[in-house]
Amino acid sequence: MDARTPADLEAALADLAAPVKLLFFTQTFGCDTCVSARGVVDRIAALSDRITVDEFNLVLDKDAVQVYGIRRAPAIAVVGEADTGIRFYGVPEGHELISLVEAVLLVASRDSGLSDESRARLAEVEAPIDIQVFVTPT
Amino acid sequence: MALASPHVTAAAVAAAEYPDLVHQYRVTGVPKTVVNERTEILGAVPEAEFVSQVVGAAG
Repeated sequence: MDARTPADLEAALADLAAPVKLLFFTQTFGCDTCVSARGVVDRIAALSDRITVDEFNLVLDKDAVQVYGIRRAPAIAVVGEADTGIRFYGVPEGHELISLVEAVLLVASRDSGLSDESRARLAEVEAPIDIQVFVTPT
Repeated sequence: MALASPHVTAAAVAAAEYPDLVHQYRVTGVPKTVVNERTEILGAVPEAEFVSQVVGAAG
């Protein structure tokens, strides 16, 4: 991963290659961090007019929860022309904020940035692969 | 990787906010990656090795 600063990422968002949707899943009760997470989503969306935000409720919007395979709140699905399966659970702070912005850039570019060898291996995958990466903000 | 394959979904989980998941997946350090609920990858590993382990987990 490039060692880019938040300022660099903000600048990169200004020239987003394609529209990106941030689907935000919240919960009315029992979610102490949902308001903070929504705040982060709004701050990112404010950096580009090609980023839009749609909010769903984990309990009430069952269709969206199922379509996007959301398991808990707060959650963010980063969706371009199609859903690429990138999700963030929890408040994106610190490194995670940078990761979220990078995910937006990747989805807009439609380019994984992986090596040819990695792409070749992934092209052979035919069964579902579910990756969860546990992280901390710093 | 999620961009490179329609079969791959990738989630970043803020460990501090989900103590139940930390317990369930026995997360004692970060980053810790869990693939298809069973295969575990500890720490940050080079791309080629990471892809190899993830794809191997699906087989």
